[in-house]
Amino acid sequence: MNWTWFHKLASPPHAYRIAGSLAAWFGWPAFLLIIAGLYGGLILAPADYQQGDAFRIVYVHAPSAWLSMFIYGTMATAAVIGLIWRIKLAHAVAAASAPIGASFTFLALATGAIWGKPMWGTWWVWDARLTSELLLLFLYAGVMALRASIDDRDRADRASAVLAIVGVVNLPIIHYSVYWWNTLHQESTLTKIGKPSMAGEMLWPLLVMLLGFTLYYGAVLMVRLRAEILRRERDASWLRAGAGS
Amino acid sequence: MNEFFAMGGYAAFVWPCFLLATVVLVWNVVAARRLLEAARSRVVRSSNAVKDGS
Amino acid sequence: MTTTPLVSAATLVYRRDLLLAVRHWGQAAQPLMFFAMVTTLFPLALGPDLGELRQVAGGILWVAALLASLLGVELLFRADHVDGTLEQMMVSGQPLAMLALAKGAAHWTICGLPLVLISPLVAGGLGVPGAALCTLMLSIGLGTGILSALGAIGSALTLGLRRGSVLLSLLVLPLAMPALIFGARAVDMAIHGESARGPLLLLAAMLVLAVTLAPAAVAAALRISAE
Repeated sequence: MNWTWFHKLASPPHAYRIAGSLAAWFGWPAFLLIIAGLYGGLILAPADYQQGDAFRIVYVHAPSAWLSMFIYGTMATAAVIGLIWRIKLAHAVAAASAPIGASFTFLALATGAIWGKPMWGTWWVWDARLTSELLLLFLYAGVMALRASIDDRDRADRASAVLAIVGVVNLPIIHYSVYWWNTLHQESTLTKIGKPSMAGEMLWPLLVMLLGFTLYYGAVLMVRLRAEILRRERDASWLRAGAGS
Repeated sequence: MNEFFAMGGYAAFVWPCFLLATVVLVWNVVAARRLLEAARSRVVRSSNAVKDGS
Repeated sequence: MTTTPLVSAATLVYRRDLLLAVRHWGQAAQPLMFFAMVTTLFPLALGPDLGELRQVAGGILWVAALLASLLGVELLFRADHVDGTLEQMMVSGQPLAMLALAKGAAHWTICGLPLVLISPLVAGGLGVPGAALCTLMLSIGLGTGILSALGAIGSALTLGLRRGSVLLSLLVLPLAMPALIFGARAVDMAIHGESARGPLLLLAAMLVLAVTLAPAAVAAALRISAE
């Protein structure tokens, strides 16, 4: 199979250009979808039978939680590609993704905790999913801290790639252990936040938000990726020709 | 309208969440664009330096 | 030309590390003393009531063992990196992952095994009944094995970095949390007279997974770090 198209794609000047147009192609639909989802979730959807209007928090909590995990998976996949096929662009994708993922993990935690207060009465309960999100935040922090501590870019890329992969292998173990730990220590059956049983009118805004957030990540990733490419290619001649576009 | 803002009594929880979400969404865009701008200007500066024969 | 069989090379690495540890036994004893001191902190902080301490003893013992293992794992590769032995290992033609496994096994013998052995003494001070001691030692044994493996990965990744020790802890602690959950639970169940088979089996499974996968990750990390 002829892979030259792939290697051409991964070459910095091409990637830089394509990322530029992809940013717009992802960004505008993302914006529209999020607006539509907000309208559907805040205005159109009826209040939940059990949780009242508080359930509307799901429209930002669930997409953030989804993104926090999706981005980590993307980062780990990019890490594998970067390590095995030694494609620098993959490392750039991983580097660009980490801060985005961490911010959504934080958002998932914060919205989860705020949602917890009216539901459970306290700001923090060691709910299985929130605790998992917290550990995910620690994993992100580790990858970012490791990358930041290593001056040599090549070593930094590859070391954080190894760590990201070790983290992703651990993720299922963490999820299972935390779930088990949580059910063990909980006497009452607490309603899990995040999944009121949703009928049509409540569900479609959620799906729209999930898609919108995912495309949004794509757009932001493209912008960060361009910055990464520029930083990594500092002295290359293609830059002098015209990186201003 | 007021009913909408009151969110069935849960306003103090719902609106901060959406506010936080907006902050995170806006921050991501702003930070990414800033990084790109900084990287671009560094490239321009260094290529000007080369042109000036330094 | 004959090449050294892998088993001899691995045994050589293992025995060398043990010999070095014995010669610098003061340094090797530090994690042990840390463990003893940290577990002493809790009665001081929480009050001397053994009945109360017993309720949280499983957690205390495990957290202390976790932190002590982290202390011990920092130096796993540093000395060899500094004096060039690590490079020798990398160019020796022996599979680096196996040598890493040997070093990890040596580290557990030096750091983990002593923790297992003194844990009953320390546990007595926290009100742990005699019947639970067997489970305690088994869980600490399995747990420190897992920590040696995870710590080796962290140690290899942070080799030679400034402030590497803090970073090492940040990297390893999240990975160690599942083991902590089941390990502490096992001790807790034993203290309350229940059979801890479930958590112990899970710990054993985690150990098998760690021993199988970690050496490859350690070898990759060493090559990345020691360029």
